Amino acid sequence: MRDVAVISVAQTPARRRVEEVNEVEMLMPAVHGALGQVDMTIDDIGFTCSGSTDYLAGVGFSFVSTLDAVGPWPPIQESHVEMDGAWAFYEAWVKLQLGEIDTALVYSYAKSSPGDLPMVLTRQLDPITVGPLWPDSISLAALQARALLEAGKVTEEQMAEVAARSRRAALDNPNAQLAWDRPASELLTEEHLVAPLRRSDCPPITDGAAAMVLAAADAARERVDRPAWIRGIDHRIEPIHLGHRDLTVSASARLAGEKAGVADGPVDVAELHAPFTHQELILRDALGLADDTVVNPSGGALAANPMMTAGLIRIGEVATRISAGTAARGVAHATSGPCLQQNLVCVLEGEG
Amino acid sequence: MAKERVAVVGIGQTKHQATRGDVSVAGLVREAASRALADAQMTWTDVDAVVVGKAPDFFEGVMMPELLLADALGATGKPLFRVHTAGSVGGSTALVASQLVQAGIHQRVLAVAFEKQSESEAMWALSLPIPFTPPLHAGAGGYFAPHIRSYIRRSGAPDHIGTMVALKDRQNGCLNPYAHLHEPDISFESIQESMMLWDPIRYAETCPSSDGACAVVLGAESVADAAAAEGRPPAWIQGTAMRSEPTLSAERDTVLPLGGALCAADVYRQAGITDPRRDIDCVEMYVPFSWFEPMWLENLGFAAPGEGWKMVEDGVTALDGDLPVNMSGGVLCTNPIGASGMLRFGEAAMQVRGGAGEHQVDGARRAVGHAYGGGSQFFAMWVVGAEKP
Repeated sequence: MRDVAVISVAQTPARRRVEEVNEVEMLMPAVHGALGQVDMTIDDIGFTCSGSTDYLAGVGFSFVSTLDAVGPWPPIQESHVEMDGAWAFYEAWVKLQLGEIDTALVYSYAKSSPGDLPMVLTRQLDPITVGPLWPDSISLAALQARALLEAGKVTEEQMAEVAARSRRAALDNPNAQLAWDRPASELLTEEHLVAPLRRSDCPPITDGAAAMVLAAADAARERVDRPAWIRGIDHRIEPIHLGHRDLTVSASARLAGEKAGVADGPVDVAELHAPFTHQELILRDALGLADDTVVNPSGGALAANPMMTAGLIRIGEVATRISAGTAARGVAHATSGPCLQQNLVCVLEGEG
Repeated sequence: MAKERVAVVGIGQTKHQATRGDVSVAGLVREAASRALADAQMTWTDVDAVVVGKAPDFFEGVMMPELLLADALGATGKPLFRVHTAGSVGGSTALVASQLVQAGIHQRVLAVAFEKQSESEAMWALSLPIPFTPPLHAGAGGYFAPHIRSYIRRSGAPDHIGTMVALKDRQNGCLNPYAHLHEPDISFESIQESMMLWDPIRYAETCPSSDGACAVVLGAESVADAAAAEGRPPAWIQGTAMRSEPTLSAERDTVLPLGGALCAADVYRQAGITDPRRDIDCVEMYVPFSWFEPMWLENLGFAAPGEGWKMVEDGVTALDGDLPVNMSGGVLCTNPIGASGMLRFGEAAMQVRGGAGEHQVDGARRAVGHAYGGGSQFFAMWVVGAEKP
């Protein structure tokens, strides 16, 4: 495959509620931040791809207004996915493989604050058999956690350790929304929110946006000292119905990880899109991560969970560490759908 | 690096109608996908990846419905991708799928596009309530009527051009068993007498609201060669392009959008076409309101600006004309919005495979599929041919 790298990453500070600006205005600092870091404008970009969902914006074709602000004049090559920005990133990588363009802009964004997010997400479910029951996203995750506990695969103590470690790591992340230092033992004294999940096992609700610039081969090398090269990327899906899956494993993440080549070398850092604590434990197992891999140094989705964007940010967090030279090889993961239905895995490396 | 060759090796569509009350959304997409796989002589397990496209999720009331449809589309354990580029999405979906083969990532990709508009009220869903902006129009026709009015003023086209296009497309639609509208008794007079909806667009000059789906199977060169060897001709993709421009920009010309012209120039360059009127045998273009046929004939380089309506008047775009346009009956006969672009792309491929039945253009060797969306700002095109590029 053609060498393609992430050469710049920008994100907006994650916040529970961004009320003073609209979605378009919220996104713009991320887009201009990513372009500005590498002294580029939209005119220097060969292909633009974005990820967002009309259901959170509350209006059809919501991405159209955002594209207007990006400034597609003269007309540009552009596409949009109704998916997390990690899949827009995938489409940009595919486009760069064709060898006709050398640079791409990827962005995604969402405001979850105007609605009741766990209720909105029930609209993803089968509209005939499941949706009418309005099973919210936290309750579905709790079913998964219960299955894991009863299978003896994890303990509530392990889940609390993930919660504590993630929020402690987030203290070093200026973009994080939820950061604190409390021991796991203290978290275990909390009441359950939806048993067996405690509030600390759940992600915050976040408004936010992210953007990045990709470049191929020499176009990357001439713009930055240390591009974060994409060495493998793959995504896989499973049926949405929970009864059709073994919720205690992630067959699709395992397969995507194999195809992306996670096991081809040591993994210094992994950013896993695990909105709930027990899901990090499933994903570590599915991707075969070693004990010495640093997982979610940003705090992960437990510290900031902007919909449609938290997956793209995982790629950005790994790329940033590789470009900074603090990691040589890393794995980024994105998920979509209830209980880790769909998963994308990307392996990134520094030069040589 | 060189792109891999890719061809359409299977095409399927549903029977389109106002309400497909006999199937769920999953049943609808499966109907089209099953037919495309049967046409390609493949089964679900032969497919490497699935790409799904549709317009706004509000139309069916399911958020990101590809998650729900993964099971019905046999995507378990496979990559499944969802495209949404407004009205051009059916075309964009086929292009995103073709890139997966061109990049050498997959050998066989299933692309599916759909809309089940009976689940909601499409006209009001398309009347976007943009916050802090006064509502200016009711339905897409209200948005596009001023563009058409401007075209008529600039070109001096006579009033009956829109009626002629509508008559041709509805008559073509009678030859297409899958078309939503079958109106054998339609006449020039009945169209002119139909209600004026959005002046100058009459009721009979506008598209219906349909339930429907379309699917294409894209195969790598070895897959297409094998199909050809078994007597199933592939439609080779000779050029693909997408362009986007802003909704609100003072530089725009919505009658002759620069994005559309650049998109056409890009696909023609890839296909080695220097004179599209001479080098292309037939065209399926996205014409939701009849007047868009002469407008797009000019935008896509088949006529000089201001001259497109003369091709209509002279019968050039009729099924037996020199450059047949919308042989299937087009969007004017069938409009499940998310699928409409792929239906255009699929018809172009059917023509060069010689499989279009009663609406087949004799000797079609090279055809264009075209889709547009948003406020005439998103464009997707491909050129397909019987010859390997």
